[in-house]
Amino acid sequence: MSRLSLSLSLLVILGGAALLAVLNLAAPPSSAFHVSTYVVSLAGKYLCFAILALALDLVWGFAGILSLGHAAFFALGGYAMGMYLMRQIGTRGVYGNAVLPDFMVFLNWQELPWYWMGFDNPGFAILMALAVPGVLALVFGWLAFRSRVSGVYLSIITQALTYALLLAFFRNDMGFGGNNGLTDFKDIVGLDLHLDSTRSGLLLLTAAVLALQLMVARFLVTSRFGKVLIAVRDTESRTRFLGYRPERYKLFVFVLSAVMCGIGGALYVPQIGIINPSEFSPANSIEAVIWVAVGGRGTLIGAILGAILVNFGKTIFTGILPELWLFALGALFILVTLLLPNGVLGLFARRKPEKSQ
Amino acid sequence: MKRPHSDTLLYLNGVSVSFDGFKALNSLSLIVEKGEMRAVIGPNGAGKTTMMDVITGKTRPDQGDVVFGTDTDLTKLDEPAIAALGIGRKFQKPTVFEPHSVWDNLLLALAGDRRPRFTLWARETSEEQDKIEEILTTIRLKDLRQHRAGDLSHGQKQWLEIGMLLAQEPLLLLVDEPVAGMTDAETAQTADLLREINRTKSVVVVEHDMDFVRALGVKVTVLHEGSVLSEGSIDHVSADPKVVEVYLGR
Ligand SMILES: Nc1ncnc2c1ncn2[C@@H]1O[C@H](COP(=O)(O)OP(=O)(O)O)[C@@H](O)[C@H]1O
Ligand SMILES: [Mg+2]
Repeated sequence: MSRLSLSLSLLVILGGAALLAVLNLAAPPSSAFHVSTYVVSLAGKYLCFAILALALDLVWGFAGILSLGHAAFFALGGYAMGMYLMRQIGTRGVYGNAVLPDFMVFLNWQELPWYWMGFDNPGFAILMALAVPGVLALVFGWLAFRSRVSGVYLSIITQALTYALLLAFFRNDMGFGGNNGLTDFKDIVGLDLHLDSTRSGLLLLTAAVLALQLMVARFLVTSRFGKVLIAVRDTESRTRFLGYRPERYKLFVFVLSAVMCGIGGALYVPQIGIINPSEFSPANSIEAVIWVAVGGRGTLIGAILGAILVNFGKTIFTGILPELWLFALGALFILVTLLLPNGVLGLFARRKPEKSQ
Repeated sequence: MKRPHSDTLLYLNGVSVSFDGFKALNSLSLIVEKGEMRAVIGPNGAGKTTMMDVITGKTRPDQGDVVFGTDTDLTKLDEPAIAALGIGRKFQKPTVFEPHSVWDNLLLALAGDRRPRFTLWARETSEEQDKIEEILTTIRLKDLRQHRAGDLSHGQKQWLEIGMLLAQEPLLLLVDEPVAGMTDAETAQTADLLREINRTKSVVVVEHDMDFVRALGVKVTVLHEGSVLSEGSIDHVSADPKVVEVYLGR
């Protein structure tokens, strides 16, 4: 990725979000230029998915780790934010309990479980949105990479990971709202979540975070670290004979990627207004892989583009023929694999050595 | 067989490896002195590559000693640790990092800190650049420095891999079939290159090509069915009736 294409991408992400926010807030609803709050939230959602795709491309495109469980890290970040938002509801819940979220009152719980402590503080919640996915990825990756699990086997156990979390979060006694998840949020850091300005603010924040993550990811892949990572992706055993320990490189990038997903999930939940166990469903992780494949694996920008394009398509498609969406997605994946092995961005790329910084 | 002494760089004694009951190495013993270049020949399947796998930690022997220097037991170490000790390896099938430029291939091979926390922030130093320039001259790829390694010809990849080996600054180079697929001119140049390298480093080179081995002019070990069949000068081993029978006679 050249410096020019990076600058352009940052400009489009930040400028696009700013434009939508301005047209939502400043243009009166009667104006032809007005952008509805629905569209603002939709754009915010796309950008959160773009964060997930970017993080996935870092591990899949550059380290060859085909994670089929990445949405789990996203969902964990989402739950951390959801817990904060639940506690912000306070006495405005149906049961008016100042401390306990409604679903706990409903289950006849008397006090807040220990792992809900601290989530009334937004800083703590954000920290957990980073730390929980990060630590899970650290433990999981350490075990997997150290025993040289890779390829299909690794993909399968990442699927198993997200599936196990799906089942766990479905359980009421886990204390995360079971089947219904966490919802009915009122406000975030004192700002009403139903206000247009809050929605636009969240969109801008998401765009800024995505832009920052894109810069970090680019720094990483163009550094000498990134060159080793690409070498590990293509010829792992060769790097060992040069004295590198591929498992350390993979672990680093896997944990970083999980943390990036966690942030994405934390930004997703206030904009969507709900987090429930379905976010852990294996299909979500597989969809993310398709976004990256469509946009162009190993290009960073392609992952972002793919996430936005496919989700835009999904919004349109599910509006018309909702029951056929999964077939359309499958067909898209097959077509891209056959016709555009390097994704949409591959149409523009020339074959040249990975660029030095 | 004598124990390693101060001039011994590599000591293999009674090394056996079997795959599903098939003995790829059968009580193989071999000593390489410091500063020596040794040619290892033998028919396909003789166990030459397996021997290199054992030395570099890729394959664990079922039995036997593998000692580097006077007292480093290689059977206890993994590949990166053995590489860090100063044993470099060129593979039979040239393996370079295809998407990277020739320059970056050498950069990644240069001796130095291998930890992520270093490579994350590392910048090319002028020493590194000088070193890479020097190697590019040695391996005759100066004009191709920015080429994608995957686009090089087979012979050029072989050289690039030898260059990567040099960049590692190893004490011992293990070179598996370096002239496979090379033209006669390239083969002769490679023999020169290895002799040049041997001025400062020890080398074990596995090869089929008898003209090439003759051109190297070094002690030859003939491997057959996983153990040493004959050892000595090229003239000595080619006159050995056992060698003639299993190898040269075909
Ligand atoms: N990983 C392995 N699994 C099973 N058999 C192997 C393996 N590696 C080598 N062999 C067998 O061991 C024998 C020696 O192989 P190799 O060391 O590659 O021979 P050479 O390099 O001398 O041609 C061959 O018969 C080969 O098929
Ligand atoms: Mg071989």
